[in-house]
Amino acid sequence: MLGFTRKTKVSTGASLPVLLGLVAACIFLAVGSLLSDIFAQQTVAGLAQGAIFGSLALALVLIYRATEVINFAQGELAMATTYIAYQLTLWGLTYWLAFFLTLVISFVLGVVVYGLLIRPVQHRSVIALVIITVGLFILIDGLVTWKWGADIKFMAAPFGNEVYHAGGVSFARQDIGVLVVSILSVIALWLLFQFTKLGLAMRAAALRPAAASLVGVRVDWMLAIGWGLAAVLGAVAGLMTEPSQFLTPTMMQAILLYAFAAAVLGGLESPAGAVVGGLAIGVFLNLVGQYVGFASSELRLPIAFAVLLVVLLLKPTGLFGRRQVRRV
Amino acid sequence: MTALLELRGVGARYGPIQALHGVSLEVAEGEIVAVLGANGAGKTTTLRSVSGTVRRSGDVRFAGKPLRGGPDGAARRGIAHVPDGRGTFAELTVWENLRLGAYTRRGAMRDDFARMQRYFPWIEERRTQQAGTLSGGEQQMLALARAFMQRPRLLLLDEPSLGLAPLLVTEIFRIIRELNEHEGLTVLVVEQNAHIALQLAAHAYVLEVGRVALSGPSEELRRHESIRRSYLGY
Repeated sequence: MLGFTRKTKVSTGASLPVLLGLVAACIFLAVGSLLSDIFAQQTVAGLAQGAIFGSLALALVLIYRATEVINFAQGELAMATTYIAYQLTLWGLTYWLAFFLTLVISFVLGVVVYGLLIRPVQHRSVIALVIITVGLFILIDGLVTWKWGADIKFMAAPFGNEVYHAGGVSFARQDIGVLVVSILSVIALWLLFQFTKLGLAMRAAALRPAAASLVGVRVDWMLAIGWGLAAVLGAVAGLMTEPSQFLTPTMMQAILLYAFAAAVLGGLESPAGAVVGGLAIGVFLNLVGQYVGFASSELRLPIAFAVLLVVLLLKPTGLFGRRQVRRV
Repeated sequence: MTALLELRGVGARYGPIQALHGVSLEVAEGEIVAVLGANGAGKTTTLRSVSGTVRRSGDVRFAGKPLRGGPDGAARRGIAHVPDGRGTFAELTVWENLRLGAYTRRGAMRDDFARMQRYFPWIEERRTQQAGTLSGGEQQMLALARAFMQRPRLLLLDEPSLGLAPLLVTEIFRIIRELNEHEGLTVLVVEQNAHIALQLAAHAYVLEVGRVALSGPSEELRRHESIRRSYLGY
């Protein structure tokens, strides 16, 4: 046969300079952590924060890939599901039972939101979709305040308040717990997408809906499942935010903005990019807060967006933006 | 013999434009049937009306039962549609494309994969390659292989020769003939290249502006005066 011996380079998500940069950043963090106890503490706390940004950013990316809309209500949905977990613990469920039950409820909620609000207008206009997610933001905010009030609520601390000591470094058990739970949920999702038939069908439905339906994939169902999984990730982010921020109707609003920054930094279409972006922003903010004198906590959000602007100016596709080799 | 696929007075429209005006055709089990015609005659729309990717009127029966609903339903009934543009998932690997082909099937795909390799032996070593990086001919073959993994009763093929070098076109049509002879695959193929289509197919339909203008055994059509002038060029 003709021409079938030629090999073509297969493109990966991240380019070589980006990978080298990430490796350099990891080495910098490792060396810094070995040299300074405070640096190590701030890095771990930053990773825990960043893992939350990353899971919410991943939720945004999932929905962006499936429906090509930024879900402005993602943070509020996460907040609402955290309140549901709170309500479950009030009814006497243990924390972790409430946690897992909330994930199930979140999934159903995500599917319902897609079926009821998104699907009917999906093919009409992007603006309509954006307005719907903004409306959903306001709706959820109002409903939660009406049901539970705007004052701060407290849940039982899932990880306790202990502190681990390693050498001169102390790590909050809570930070480690948040980091582990967030990363585990991201890994679970990755396994689903990479190694199951359902995950493959979901990717196909998001990439090429018409072609996917021709091989028998029910595209609408796949998109609904995608919204459900995004809501589950959001719930994880909300529940992992609660131990440090406590429960208020506004608890996820700043975090949603960090998640936007993380998602765009990662390339908006790249799940791996969203997680790496989240971790990077979390660590960066913590280290800047520790070592740059004038960067008080009021400047955290502006600094995050300054980073974002610089990255977008230098590399508009984000860190993991896809640049594909494609022949037609 | 009753027909595997039967269209009776099928119409289809894109917005205000009527693309098909009552097309009727039959495809018998185990047969290759070609649909010929100029650009815009309604060839692609005929295939789309079978797989349900366009809103249709009229009666479409498959294996004796009416065909309803969208493309995913048609796929589950055993219809594989390789559309124009091939419907390949360029961002996914060759192997993932094949797995998607087998989406409607249950159980292990190892046997089907081994069987498929008789026709596309080069695919094994390209399993992990991103489909979008294959050449045009390879992508067309991957599209056929993906359809094969679905183990369909009916294969709908839209212009398999499009954009390919003559030697590759011959190769593709040889594989289609083999699939028909060895696997008993029924094929409804749309083709611009009337020459090669009439060699391959037992029967053919000629469409003109959304209607069947002529039909019959390929042998007869090849000798037909107007076909020779309009489509074969001699």
